[in-house]
Amino acid sequence: MPTTLTVNGTRHSIDLPEDVPLLWVLRDEIGLTGTKFGCGIAACGACTVHIDGEAVRSCQVALADVWGEVTTIEGLGTPDAMSALQQAWADHQVAQCGYCQSGQILQAAALLAESPSPTDDEIDAAMQGNLCRCGTYPRIRAAIHSAASMMKEA
Amino acid sequence: MARIGKIARRSFLIGSAAVIGGVAFGAYTVARPAPNPLSPPPDGAVLNPFVVIDGNGITLIAPKAEMGQGIHTTWAAMIAEELDVELDQVRVLHGPPAKAYYNSVVMAEALPDKGYDRSDFVHAIAEQVGKIGKVMNLQLTGGSTSVPDGFDRMRAAGASARETLKQAAANRLGVSRGRLNTEGGAVITPDGSRLSYVDLAAEAAGLDPIDAPLRPKSQWRLLGKTQPRIDMVPKVTGTATFGIDVRQPGMKFAALRMNPHLGGQMFRFDDSAARAMPGVDRIVNLDNGFAVVASNTWLAMQAADAVDVEWGPSPHPATQDAVFARIAEAFDGKANSTMRDDGDADALPLGATEVVADYQLPYLAHATMEPMNATALYSGIKLEIWAGNQAPMFTRNACAKAVGLEPEAVEVHTTLMGGGFGRRGEFDFSVYAARVAKELPDTPVQLTWSREEDMTHDFYRPGALARYRGAVHDGKPVLIDGRISAQAATPQAMGRWLGLPMAGPDKSTVDGAFNQPYGVPNFRIRGYLADLDLPVGFWRSVGASFNGVAFDWFMDELATAAKADPLEFRLAALDPGYAPARGVLTAVRDMSGWATPTPAGTGRGVGFCYSFGVPTATVIEVEARDGAIAITRAWIAADVGTALDPGNLEAQMISGLVYGLSAACYEEITFTDGAVDQQNFPDHEALRMHTMPQVEVRILETQPHITGAGEPATPPAMAALGNAVFDLTGQRPRRLPLMQDFDILL
Repeated sequence: MPTTLTVNGTRHSIDLPEDVPLLWVLRDEIGLTGTKFGCGIAACGACTVHIDGEAVRSCQVALADVWGEVTTIEGLGTPDAMSALQQAWADHQVAQCGYCQSGQILQAAALLAESPSPTDDEIDAAMQGNLCRCGTYPRIRAAIHSAASMMKEA
Repeated sequence: MARIGKIARRSFLIGSAAVIGGVAFGAYTVARPAPNPLSPPPDGAVLNPFVVIDGNGITLIAPKAEMGQGIHTTWAAMIAEELDVELDQVRVLHGPPAKAYYNSVVMAEALPDKGYDRSDFVHAIAEQVGKIGKVMNLQLTGGSTSVPDGFDRMRAAGASARETLKQAAANRLGVSRGRLNTEGGAVITPDGSRLSYVDLAAEAAGLDPIDAPLRPKSQWRLLGKTQPRIDMVPKVTGTATFGIDVRQPGMKFAALRMNPHLGGQMFRFDDSAARAMPGVDRIVNLDNGFAVVASNTWLAMQAADAVDVEWGPSPHPATQDAVFARIAEAFDGKANSTMRDDGDADALPLGATEVVADYQLPYLAHATMEPMNATALYSGIKLEIWAGNQAPMFTRNACAKAVGLEPEAVEVHTTLMGGGFGRRGEFDFSVYAARVAKELPDTPVQLTWSREEDMTHDFYRPGALARYRGAVHDGKPVLIDGRISAQAATPQAMGRWLGLPMAGPDKSTVDGAFNQPYGVPNFRIRGYLADLDLPVGFWRSVGASFNGVAFDWFMDELATAAKADPLEFRLAALDPGYAPARGVLTAVRDMSGWATPTPAGTGRGVGFCYSFGVPTATVIEVEARDGAIAITRAWIAADVGTALDPGNLEAQMISGLVYGLSAACYEEITFTDGAVDQQNFPDHEALRMHTMPQVEVRILETQPHITGAGEPATPPAMAALGNAVFDLTGQRPRRLPLMQDFDILL
């Protein structure tokens, strides 16, 4: 029996076994490839998405267990209409290879929703599950601080 | 020229190792222009293989792998600078595999000289040697070569295109070319009106290209200034296409399972349970493993787990100790190289204090964020491959061979890559995808490796042993005698790439040691090759990734023996003929406030390494925090000759540092029965947000020749960290990762 799922405001009817992780539903079934596969065991954060605003590792959430609306990087903003956080990422020229950045941005978005002016310690705590092998951490930190100011002014 | 021609006819030189049995190519072949690989679009003109102008606008070809280092942006800026276009007016494409895109520098980097003492004459020779890359299909991104490779050629390409477009306009208007200007993708006529390049393209195609002198640095508009990366917006909006994001109509998804016992065969497998699982389409026997093709990658991975398989044993040593025992055994044999032998290294200078130290550096995985993957479509007469790869020509040839087609029947699409670090110079992942696709004609198949498959089937940074003996007298080093043993990565990789056996001295085993710019009177470095055939390859900074650590740690031990300040000790020992090394050490001394003593509970160390033509110095500060060692600050100074994009250079330096520190703290690959013990990130950790130091970077531009920047920051970061840990704890690190002997904050 198909499972229904709402991703970025669109409802999908998914005909896959219930234990398929959300990550692989998004990537291989719906075709939203902005969410990345990195480790499959919640150790790198590349697959981070939001479920009802909460940052989760989509490689660990089975299709049947998705409890709310899913937001992926594609739902956060588009090249023509970037979210404040994506704009801050571009302003600080954060990405190198860029593979982990969808997950970094969604993790940061959840942090800012909870703590609109995060301290460096809060950033450390919130972001340490997101691995970046290119070492873009200093610019990620700067972009989070910038986005926080931008969002406060808005 | 004649000299190079003679060498080229006799044999090719890679490092000082000859390719035995290779075809002999004359200088004529080397000098002949490579055919233009881009056939002209129907309504446009191909001015040269790096600039395409057609109805869609201006496209620049950057035949370099964009793996995060920002080369597409800098490469495009080099062309755009002379072409007089803005970066937001052009499209940048990877370009197809083609001889015209050969790497003109990487072969020169392999010259057996030290590099830092190159005269202009030797530089000219190196440039000629670089051209050998063309006949060897070296379309390669690596070795920190992209910027020096493109710097003159791309500006010349832009200048030539510009002047030819101007000539087309001059012919049309009946005025002389000298009266025309260019700006923003258009020729500006004497009356100030604009003729767009797109409009002039067809006429320009009928003209012989016109050469033009390159503009001086003082006139640059784009180069020398930080440019917004052309791949930034796609990468922050999830719209960039990495290899793993390729989607083709009707595509299937596949998982791979290869014998974990490296080099072993597959005795038998039973896939009856797997075939009955949901979504599973096909199981493909790959001889030493298998692939499962399904409707979804995860379903394919689940089914791969359900295959009952019996693996054959590995031919490699059974234990990690046995692997390193084999590396140590090489010291008992004859040296493979003595690339430096100044003075008399056998004797202990009179009155000098002797210092002896042995170091052990582990095997390492690349662990790119994007696991290995490739997509293939086979039609019987044609093969298409989509893959993030650093070597498209080798990829094309290897895939052609694997499916029994001519290379011309294979089309390689190079995608963005989620990290390379040397791993994507290999083509194993593309070949597996091609072989699976051959079993499902006319169906595109994407083959994605699990993280575990990726970590256990890498071409690893070779483990190494270094044995140093040295001496100090009157506060100065008077003897350095180093012996390094490792598996040689270069001959193994060249065998895979070119199918040619190599012999002779191997530079990569001693790189980062023999070529350090110190004027020590008795200075010898010998390399030994371990009799092992574990899969090894190029890992960010290659030989300097282990030698840069051991050599510099030994310098630090010598400084302690000389009761000298470690940074001043290095400064005093430098070859006075090479000022850039002094420049970077002095810079980090000033940046870090080296002269000010550190407070209790804080340690500080310096590291220096000359690699890939770049002298790089790093100071690291560590702190005791809740019983663990935290890395708090880092300062990097590097001399790249000419800084084309300061913002991107800063990013590359920090990136190189993080890659090095991650390895130095946590990373190690070990083998049991020829199988890798580490499976996923928790076993091969890296720096994260909370363990990342604050970093300050200074780029110097005093060297006469431009260099790359992707690798040089990695070795001195590792070295400086070890020296800082010594400063904090009083205990000398003698092996990596530090986590084995020290409580490093995780």
